[in-house]
Amino acid sequence: MFKTPSAPVGATIVAFGEHQPSRVVTNADLEARVDTNDEWIQSRVGIRERRIAGPEETVESMGVAAGGKALAASGLSPKDIDLVIVATCTVTDQIPNAAATVADRLGITAPGAFDVNAACAGFCYALGVASDAVRGGSARNVLVIGSEKLSDWVDWDDRSTCVIFADGAGAAVVSGAEEHGIGPVVWGSDGGRADKIYLRDHKYLYQEGQAVFRWTTTELYKVALEALERAGVEPGELTAFVPHQANLRIVESIARKLGAPQALVARDIVTAGNTSSASIPLALSRMVGRGELPSGSTVLTLGFGAGLAYAAQVIRIP
Amino acid sequence: MAHSEQEILTGLGEIIEEIVGTEPSEVTPEKSFVDDLDIDSLSMVEIAVAAQDKFGVEIPDDQLKDLKTVQDVITFIQK
Repeated sequence: MFKTPSAPVGATIVAFGEHQPSRVVTNADLEARVDTNDEWIQSRVGIRERRIAGPEETVESMGVAAGGKALAASGLSPKDIDLVIVATCTVTDQIPNAAATVADRLGITAPGAFDVNAACAGFCYALGVASDAVRGGSARNVLVIGSEKLSDWVDWDDRSTCVIFADGAGAAVVSGAEEHGIGPVVWGSDGGRADKIYLRDHKYLYQEGQAVFRWTTTELYKVALEALERAGVEPGELTAFVPHQANLRIVESIARKLGAPQALVARDIVTAGNTSSASIPLALSRMVGRGELPSGSTVLTLGFGAGLAYAAQVIRIP
Repeated sequence: MAHSEQEILTGLGEIIEEIVGTEPSEVTPEKSFVDDLDIDSLSMVEIAVAAQDKFGVEIPDDQLKDLKTVQDVITFIQK
């Protein structure tokens, strides 16, 4: 038998941070480029405007900005962080990974560092791994980041996708705690339907809209309800539901099936667009910043996307 | 058990009212979903899912795009 590491009984999120590029792209801006209009975009996907990164901004730089804010808000110093996980599916250079670069730029010395690619479900996957690492004694404090520059992978002449995707980053610091504040992650995938969302010609994001809509609106609420059940939380106890900001109609459809009419539903997509693995931490950080999620409140997250990968868990707001 | 044409039409009227708020009396066999009833491709998926629950007939996405009118859906469900 090996020695069992001493570890805290629980893990919890102690701080959030976020970063959005400064450039706002409105629906009117897109009307000038492709055959679309504001009414069509708002009724189909629910987006009014989105942020698009400039050429100097990268997955790494946005991750540094969001991660730095989360680290500052946590009150921890860089030397306290011993694991950095970056969820991303849009990093342009696969080697080296983004996590080690981000950690270095934040002054975090010699942490465990790796990227997670579970597409738009990435943040929930990374958060589950971070929680288990803390409770398993593999890390004391983990910086978890979702950072995406989807604009690099969008065909700006394709009106079915260019109106949806955007750029941004969100981050959370996970630390040991007496009271566990991150419920068991319920995750899964269906590679048999991997052809529903993929990179066309290895270059441009493509999705079968109707198939993805059907999958998300008929199957995923069950994953969300299982995450609640496994955490021992009733739908009626939820303060908020923060799913991946894929499409407002998908968000609202899943929300209606949860039996949690009191829960605030994240609608960050309206002004942030679909930022893949960044959308959940970005929405959480912005909602906390606006005072919509009081300390101690219980929130359900649900990530889903290419793979088809999905993951959900319940979290407590610091 | 097979459903009569009238049963399916009535059922579709209820489903469409629930999903997009259209008056059931507006839902008649010759109407086009897109051009007459202003129903978009995502709402068509919701209608297909609700129709499956109601009539027990699955309408896959690749077939859904060929169902242009209310009569097309009635015929699909009946066969």
